[in-house]
Amino acid sequence: MKMFIFAKRNTKEILRDPMNLIFGLGFPLVLLVLLSVINAAIPAEAENTMFQISNLAPGLAAFGSVFMALFAGMLLSKDRTSSFLMRLFTSPMGAADFIAGYSLPMLVLTVAQSAITFLAAGAFGLPINANILAGIAITTLVSLQFIGTGLFFGSFLNDKAVGGVCGALLTNVVGWLSGVFIPIDLIGGVFKKITNLLPYYHSVEAIKAALSGHFSDIFPHLAVVMGYTVLILALAIIVFHHNMNGENV
Amino acid sequence: MNAIVIKELTKKYGDLAAVDHLSLTVKQGELFALLGVNGAGKSTTIKLLSCLIKPTGGDAALLGDSIVSNPHAVKEKINISPQETAVAANLTVFENLALIAGIYGQDSKTAKKHAQELAERFGLQESLHKKAKHLSGGMQRRLSIALALISDPQILFLDEPTLGLDVLARRELWALIKELKGHITIILTTHYMDEVEHLSDRVGIMTKGQLTAVGTVAELLTKTGASTLEDAFVVLSGGAL
Repeated sequence: MKMFIFAKRNTKEILRDPMNLIFGLGFPLVLLVLLSVINAAIPAEAENTMFQISNLAPGLAAFGSVFMALFAGMLLSKDRTSSFLMRLFTSPMGAADFIAGYSLPMLVLTVAQSAITFLAAGAFGLPINANILAGIAITTLVSLQFIGTGLFFGSFLNDKAVGGVCGALLTNVVGWLSGVFIPIDLIGGVFKKITNLLPYYHSVEAIKAALSGHFSDIFPHLAVVMGYTVLILALAIIVFHHNMNGENV
Repeated sequence: MNAIVIKELTKKYGDLAAVDHLSLTVKQGELFALLGVNGAGKSTTIKLLSCLIKPTGGDAALLGDSIVSNPHAVKEKINISPQETAVAANLTVFENLALIAGIYGQDSKTAKKHAQELAERFGLQESLHKKAKHLSGGMQRRLSIALALISDPQILFLDEPTLGLDVLARRELWALIKELKGHITIILTTHYMDEVEHLSDRVGIMTKGQLTAVGTVAELLTKTGASTLEDAFVVLSGGAL
């Protein structure tokens, strides 16, 4: 019960900040329109499929979920530095109430964000069918790694630093290494090896497989993503628990 | 009856003792002011008593429950108004109050009723649907204390509650705190001597983590031979007049 009350508060805090709506919901849509226009201008003989809607929609869904790191991190950091968290730490709330309370709104926002992205992608040719639901489900799972990243950094950085790390830095890293904006196969070599070692490229591929209905292709990619997710969530919980037990309140 | 019994409470960070073998008893309904220069250990003491940090040694019993062995029971009886206003910035006054009431286990109907009552009591009625971030500093402080009271605590920690407020806002807050005296046990930290004189039943002076003097304002003046509490504080803190 406490976690839902806290989650409701966190949802309100995020949705009442217009910048969050602009970045969280508006930015992926702007990119969708822009990159679709660019794709339409690419001649067929160039054989560049990177911005085709079947590649672009899952890429932007994964990219959009990166903002959950920013939302979760900023909220936690502000709560910590404003002593609001200190107030809550003296309440009977437990660690699970806090972690779930911060994570649940991000999961709901990811569902909304990916649904809007996929439906908007329908206007550019993405088939609107039952696979969209699978795409939303996989995007939501993918977002857990970013929620964990936000909670980890929000546990010890101030909100400006979180903005830098989870906003500017992470969005760039994910943008470059996920294959959303850069043709990884074309570059190949060491760059491709690095992208294969990290979870971002696999995040996009897992969503792509879900959207295209190739469900058996989801697991190998999702397994890599979930490995990183468990790691970052564990780290976030350890740091948060350390704060709760009090040396960094 | 004693509300707080502190025995040899110690908190060390490496070799530094932020709180050093602190022993103290506070009676139920008493307003006890903790005075000390920055870094004297006041805030650390409050964090220890409100179960935010664990002691390195010693213990404290709050209404019979140990902060070491039964912090969950302690948390049910206490609340805190931290140094910063510590409000949910994008939530309205009403939502802030209802949130904290809900977290302390009040059902939705009771939480809303209590939120209304406290808003009225603290003069926040007209700002009930204003976002907390749009309130003045004084109003945010009032909200902060109202948030600490909505759980109906038996012990309340006020950590520099009037810090940064103008004279009028401070006086308004004093009046509200005075109303609580006798009903709730209050531990107050502050740097303002007039606040201590106006509000406290007893005063404790902390220096380098240790409690160097305890007594009423009159007792501290007699003990030091000083004419003002500020002079008495300087003497008892080891400073030069």
